[in-house]
Amino acid sequence: MITLYPKRLFKVPVEAECISPDVFAEKSAKEIAALQVWEGNRNRTLSDLFKIKHDAVSSSEKFTIRICGDVSKVRKIGAKMSMGNIIVEGDSGMHLGEEMDGGVITVTGNVDSWTGSMMKKGTIEVKGNAGDYIGASYRGSTQGMSGGKIIIHGDAGYEVGCFMRKGLIKVYGDVGRFAGIHMRNGTIFIKGKSEGRTGAQMINGKIVVCGHISSVLPTFTIDDIRPKVKVDGEKVEGPFYRFIGDLADGGNGKLFVFKTKNPHLSFYEEYL
Amino acid sequence: MDIAIKDGKVVEKVDERKADVLDASGMVVMPGGVDIHCHIAGAEVNSGRLLRPEDHVKDVEVKTALTRSGVGYSIPSTFTTGYRYSRMGYTTVMNPSMPPLEARHTHEELDDTPMVDKATYPLLGDWWFVLEHLRDGLIEECAAHVAWMMSATKGYAIKIVNPGGLEAWGFGRNVENLDDPVPHFNITPREIVRGLCKINKLLNLPHTIHVHTNNLGKPGNYITALETMKCVEDLAEGNRPIIHITHCQFCAFKGSDWRNMSSGAEEITKYVNHHDHVTLDMGQVIFTDTTTMTADGPFQYGLYNLTGNKWVNHDVETETSSGIVPFRYRRKSAVHATQWSIGLELALLIEDPWKIYMTTDHPNGGPFTAYPNIIAWLMSRVARNKTMSKISKRARRKSLLPSIDRELSFYEIAIVTRAGQAKALGLTQKGHLGAGADADVAVYNVNPQQVDPSKKYKTARKAFKRAAYTIKGGEIVVKDGQIVKPVFGKTFWADVKTSLPMEVNDDLKRKFREYWTVEYENYPIPDRFLHVPAPIPVKAEV
Repeated sequence: MITLYPKRLFKVPVEAECISPDVFAEKSAKEIAALQVWEGNRNRTLSDLFKIKHDAVSSSEKFTIRICGDVSKVRKIGAKMSMGNIIVEGDSGMHLGEEMDGGVITVTGNVDSWTGSMMKKGTIEVKGNAGDYIGASYRGSTQGMSGGKIIIHGDAGYEVGCFMRKGLIKVYGDVGRFAGIHMRNGTIFIKGKSEGRTGAQMINGKIVVCGHISSVLPTFTIDDIRPKVKVDGEKVEGPFYRFIGDLADGGNGKLFVFKTKNPHLSFYEEYL
Repeated sequence: MDIAIKDGKVVEKVDERKADVLDASGMVVMPGGVDIHCHIAGAEVNSGRLLRPEDHVKDVEVKTALTRSGVGYSIPSTFTTGYRYSRMGYTTVMNPSMPPLEARHTHEELDDTPMVDKATYPLLGDWWFVLEHLRDGLIEECAAHVAWMMSATKGYAIKIVNPGGLEAWGFGRNVENLDDPVPHFNITPREIVRGLCKINKLLNLPHTIHVHTNNLGKPGNYITALETMKCVEDLAEGNRPIIHITHCQFCAFKGSDWRNMSSGAEEITKYVNHHDHVTLDMGQVIFTDTTTMTADGPFQYGLYNLTGNKWVNHDVETETSSGIVPFRYRRKSAVHATQWSIGLELALLIEDPWKIYMTTDHPNGGPFTAYPNIIAWLMSRVARNKTMSKISKRARRKSLLPSIDRELSFYEIAIVTRAGQAKALGLTQKGHLGAGADADVAVYNVNPQQVDPSKKYKTARKAFKRAAYTIKGGEIVVKDGQIVKPVFGKTFWADVKTSLPMEVNDDLKRKFREYWTVEYENYPIPDRFLHVPAPIPVKAEV
């Protein structure tokens, strides 16, 4: 296991794509210390910014990187990683686990925007809150998250799962507007409230909202009332209104909204 | 054989004791590459850049001591465009389709494109003054007007895109064929093409009219392409070309819908082989993710409907329209694979390489960085068969390529990539290495006496990807595929001298005030606006 301690509080963004088990696993302590990172427009080595502590060597499958301290300015931690673990004890910066292809990232604090964007495999678990564009695509691209699992125990921001294609996002807190926008497939589970416009332009996939939602987009049509819904193999007790949309894009996505928490949506029942 | 260079020009002889000697033995030496049609600058290119951040993120060029940073891929930033062309041995690039109103923007970007000489063609086929003059049969007045436009926009040739169709697009319509009248103007595409062709001759412009045909990108449009070529047939004198059909691949589709779409290359090449008044460029398709951008608004709208992708569409006041749609050409798509085949069929079935030029209509068919791949396909049957084995079965069954044995030689490649293009453009000092030519030279590290490109196409492809040396204006600017000296290129424009200058009357100024967002006084670009202006004096017959 390798533990990184930030030497100081970073004021400008640090691009540290190299903090990944795939990169660390095949390198000696000296090589790891010399890895290049960018602090703003300055080129630095990893040891300039972090104190690096090596513990007993573990097999590569369980290779673990622990980061202790505030790295909320450090971007791209675990980008493109395909195995091993990263444990962040504190807050993490943007693009955590971008294009991740396996392994597990655990964050005890909060994460910033673009967490798990374009990820293909693996798991990201966040105990705190998350920023915007969780599991989204790169700006302009239509290739969002295509597999894996993101679990946020706190709240998440806007556009959760933008252009999502496969996989699972679970948010136990509340979400901002446009959760599941442009969604192609996959599942988004929201335990808390949703700010609305959920599933805009979705083509397929499933969104489950267990909390209050101010309104459902007019391009969604009510389809059914379901007693329960399946999320990732587990049953969630309802009852749920089931909407189909986004019809503006000829979509066939399923939006489940918890009935009891949303009495203001009861007028939809007339159309059943 | 030695090539002597002095003061940026090729000369008969230099003092060998004092001269620097560049040993290019065992290599291919060609004039610097010339690209006749390549969207590298201007409003629509820049909108394309803004539209596609995901295109740039995968292709980043880092700043070096000599070069600036930049991004690719299908729409590279201006500096990167210049560097990439130069690395492939290109020294002259023509930017087609400039809406006259966006001339300032286009020239600013061209000025920022280093390493290459360039020019740009203003879009005049749907310009209201042109339409009005041609409708009233005022050819000479229209010619004076076009001459003024060339100087006002610092343009080089007359570009016609979907004649009449772009004006109709302002009303949500399009023209179906050459005799479909343009709404509110009572003029047909045939009259526009013929009129501008006559004007081009009257003005003695260095290039012919540069035509993007009607019905582009629609099955069955090879008939429109043939009719467009035929409609100016009687205006030809001798064997001088008078019309250039650009990115011909996109207007050589046969069939009635996308399901039975096939190649119309055979019919087109048969016609071109028997007529000398036409030149073509390929508009070859590359299997990659690219960005389509043309001034053909209705065509781009159709493409949006086909793909459902993000899109931009724009009506440029009284001048033209434009559109942008990102597009991916897939090997396994029968239509895309047929398009790939059509481009190569055109290039291989036209017997005279001086009539067909290699382009991808960058970025519509694919980025220009794919030129070495096209060279490999043209030079080697093996390379073609290899790609052929990976494409859609349906397209493969219908393709004419397996029946074509022709493989271009290095000489023919030199013609389709530089000499022919320079000749068609009327750039007398480009595309050859005779005395008096500009000292633009490309040296490729492949020995034609030892390497048979039809078998070892990979060696040839590699050589064309990274020029061993590129010499621009007598200076070595690229060595082993690396920029060693950044230089500015010239901007050519046709400085047409007419005996009858355009009449600037109150009516014209009033029209500018009523029709345009720009006043007449602010419309022309002064010569000093360009970084390195290179006016080409032309004496008109009017």
